Amino acid sequence: MANLKALRVRIESVKSTRKITSAMKLVSASKLRRAQIRAEAARPYAERMARMLSALAASAAGSPMAPPLLVGTGRDQTHLILAVTADRGLAGAFNANVGRAARVLAQQLQAQGKIVKFGVIGRKGRDFLRRDFADRIVFDVTFAGRKQIEFADAEAIATRVRGLLREGAFDVCTLIYNRFVSVISQITTETQLIPTPVPQGEARATPGARQAVYDFEPTEEDLLARLLPQNLAVQIYKALIESAAGEQGARMTAMDNATRNAGDMIGRLTLNYNRTRQANITSELIEIISGAEAL
Amino acid sequence: MPVALEIVSPTRLLLSRPVDMVVVPAAEGELGVLPGHAPMIVLLRGGLVRIFEAGKETSRLFVGSGFAEITPERCTVLANEAIPLAEVSKREAADRLKVAESIYEAVDKNDVAAREAAQEQLYSARVMGDLAQAP
Repeated sequence: MANLKALRVRIESVKSTRKITSAMKLVSASKLRRAQIRAEAARPYAERMARMLSALAASAAGSPMAPPLLVGTGRDQTHLILAVTADRGLAGAFNANVGRAARVLAQQLQAQGKIVKFGVIGRKGRDFLRRDFADRIVFDVTFAGRKQIEFADAEAIATRVRGLLREGAFDVCTLIYNRFVSVISQITTETQLIPTPVPQGEARATPGARQAVYDFEPTEEDLLARLLPQNLAVQIYKALIESAAGEQGARMTAMDNATRNAGDMIGRLTLNYNRTRQANITSELIEIISGAEAL
Repeated sequence: MPVALEIVSPTRLLLSRPVDMVVVPAAEGELGVLPGHAPMIVLLRGGLVRIFEAGKETSRLFVGSGFAEITPERCTVLANEAIPLAEVSKREAADRLKVAESIYEAVDKNDVAAREAAQEQLYSARVMGDLAQAP
């Protein structure tokens, strides 16, 4: 028979856990709202950039002067994987999903005899990947203790990636992050960053529509040289803020479940406690009664 | 038929409304956009985006750098920022100039792309300082 004191202590401890998880859920819910608004506000720029890029890239891709950001280095030997995770845990499988996807991709590539390098954004991802690929991590970035992610942060990462490309440290760059779909659903997504996949122009998708023929000023090459780095930063920024929104969503769901589990557990423990208490009383009564009868 | 003007920054849509004419600071000189303009994609440098409505100039916005996509119906400006001219601050401009100068000093002069980027940043900060009205 479990002892009463131990049960009481246990119930108290589960209750305080429930307080924490339900507070975390509320905090995440309010952070989620803000993060979601930011993620949505960033969409127009990315859309318009893709439109301009498709117009430009279509006319420049064939030229031998095409910059390596657009067409890559012409090799496929060294892969850089950028994994975007959160800095904090307690968000269900959010961080582990990205870590696992990165590991699977890395193992596939290594099986094909390719060299894999990592750029890790977020402390949790770094801790995860350090276990298997400690010597493969080229750089890691964390935003721990920061309230918001700014565009400048994405630019800093993009500059680093471009620097690595210039040094010839990698040929192909893939970004892995959690795309925010809804509060309960974040999809782990892989996007190729370098060489830049050229988005298909809308004009081609809708036959009959007039295909705009653009003039470029200054030249296509100059424009591409400016647009591509900006595009890289925008893609990274998009991943960062989608991941930030996803993190809050995942944490909210995880904490909601934890709060409910704690409630169930308290119910079971309380029942057990009451039964035990009643059993104790009954056995004491029996002792008294049988004692009285023996006289 | 007005021009549908949009000014977008990476973080949000800054402005979206139909205007009669817009003048953008293209890298090779100012460029006025009226309805029916030939489709173009241009590089922007530091300067003013000027909006004209009903025959008058109705607003002036400072943009640091960016791109513009022009079609007969619309003009889309992609800029990192667009500050109303009255709010462009001298102090901010001076700070940026200092940053831009230090970047330019540090840049590898043999790396053409990096040098040009630094020059452009320097130019943009200078223009901002010249235009600034707020302290």
